[in-house]
Amino acid sequence: MAEEDGVRRRDFINIAAVSAAGVAGVGVVIPLVSQMSASADVLAASSTEVDISAIQPGQAIKAVFRKQPVFVRNLTVKEIEEANKVDISSLRDPQTLAERTKEGKENWLITMGVCTHLGCVPLGAGEGENRGEFGGYFCPCHGSAYDTAARIRKGPAPKNLEVPAYEFTTDTVVKIG
Amino acid sequence: MSFPWANEYTPSHPFMKWMDEKLPLPRLVYNSVGSGYPVPRNLNYFWNFGFLALICLVIQIVTGIVMAMHYAANTAVAFDTIEMTVRDVNWGWLFRYGHANGASAFFVVIYIHIFRGFYYGSYKAPREMVWLLGVVIFLLMMATAFMGYVLPWGQMSFWGAKVITGLFGAIPFVGEPLQQWLLGGFAPDNAALNRFFSLHYLLPFVIVGVVILHIWALHIPGSSNPTGVEVKSESDTVPFYPYYIAKDGWAVGAFAILFAAAVFFFPNALGHPDNYIPANPMSTPAHIVPEWYFWPFYAILRAFTQDFFFIPAKLMGVLAMFGAILVWFFLPWLDKSPVRSGSYRPTYKKFFWFGLIPAMAVLFYCGGAAATEPYVMISQLAALYYFAHFLIILPVVSAIEKPLPLPYSITEAVLGKDEGAELAPAA
Repeated sequence: MAEEDGVRRRDFINIAAVSAAGVAGVGVVIPLVSQMSASADVLAASSTEVDISAIQPGQAIKAVFRKQPVFVRNLTVKEIEEANKVDISSLRDPQTLAERTKEGKENWLITMGVCTHLGCVPLGAGEGENRGEFGGYFCPCHGSAYDTAARIRKGPAPKNLEVPAYEFTTDTVVKIG
Repeated sequence: MSFPWANEYTPSHPFMKWMDEKLPLPRLVYNSVGSGYPVPRNLNYFWNFGFLALICLVIQIVTGIVMAMHYAANTAVAFDTIEMTVRDVNWGWLFRYGHANGASAFFVVIYIHIFRGFYYGSYKAPREMVWLLGVVIFLLMMATAFMGYVLPWGQMSFWGAKVITGLFGAIPFVGEPLQQWLLGGFAPDNAALNRFFSLHYLLPFVIVGVVILHIWALHIPGSSNPTGVEVKSESDTVPFYPYYIAKDGWAVGAFAILFAAAVFFFPNALGHPDNYIPANPMSTPAHIVPEWYFWPFYAILRAFTQDFFFIPAKLMGVLAMFGAILVWFFLPWLDKSPVRSGSYRPTYKKFFWFGLIPAMAVLFYCGGAAATEPYVMISQLAALYYFAHFLIILPVVSAIEKPLPLPYSITEAVLGKDEGAELAPAA
């Protein structure tokens, strides 16, 4: 049979052996690559509850979510007006304040405290910190300035501060994640 | 691969003869760094920095192995183990500050070594492979130094890690999963610290491997020299041992004095005080700066504040920062001039001294300064010039420049006359 179709027994063994070694190689690489991904214990610490009852209008707090800061800000009426006044089409990452908050809770702006440029914590959530020229947050690392809706307005950051998944479990408690 | 007049290894002791038949390691040493390796006789002090770089690598590996004996890669204790190494371990301060300043010394030496290559055109044929391997070593050094700086888990460690791994997040589509894969989480934490430690221990030995290739590739054509004229005859060379071993030894002595002065008297001069604050993921230092040796490239990263057509500013900055080094890989082909040494290239020399070097100095300064005007705009102009130097000025200058007359040989350059030149037909 081998002689008839030109394929020798040895060719078959050769291809089979190299193929098996290739599959085995991939099988070895998968765990080697996969072990570097976030482990189960890291993924398990995935939600945070925040009590917002003490945050006055104009104030913000930093909470921790997945080992990263989250800004919970109670916007003032003036800040909401400023955010709504902006021409959406002029923004780098066009979004309205309403799209970035929950209905009926427009004054609660909850965003990651992680600059979308390279991941620094922007200033502006703490008392007396520099809030940048657009009155929201200012990242000191590379000068990105966010407005009162935490939308990127100036500097190298490409996106608005990320709004994590969250829900109001009561009027004063927010569950993030 | 060596010159025909190279001394031949002739073991006389019976043991060495026996050894030469079984494992000719002494022969390899003799032909690589001994009397059997002829080297141009006119090398100036810039040619000492390759050897010094090797010394730095040895210092880093020795002090690093000691540091690893006292360090624990765990976010809860990493910061404390470094402080306890300095305060409680016998001679711990010597190893810690030797290792930290050793990294700076290594970069000082390597930058002078690269400068030498730029000015004297050491990257040109037939030494392209030497240059390419050198750029690979430089990239490996940067990765190793970056991960090493993360290990003390101070504020600058943490935020440096966050910013640099954040660079990968700029890559379209795969960026964010890639960043999480690199960190083993959503932000730098224990998983990241552990793998950085593992890789920080591994990479220096990878560097050793590439250094061996670098030297191997160098020893095929032999060293370049300040005239850029290739070796023609025996009178152009002297054996590596004893001549350059002695000269390199002198350089090691001079280096050791400066290095010891830094370690003993100014151990923290090049460090950042914020790295003596334990890492705090909730609070970014007001002014994040990398170690000084990354400043020029950091300035290029920050120079991009506007979207560039369809490429977001962030990705553009990342591409430019890596591009600033990757462009070196093309240097042997961007510089088309057949003359190697900048000393015989009047136009190139002007652009080198009054263009590239000031641009790099400006980028260096801006990289360490705050990310505000006017530094951002100055960085932009300097970054533009930097790329223009390699991609426009260098190819154009090398095409139109009229070089100065070259000496006939190294011997003529050194002694003023060469008998071979008198016999040779007029060029």
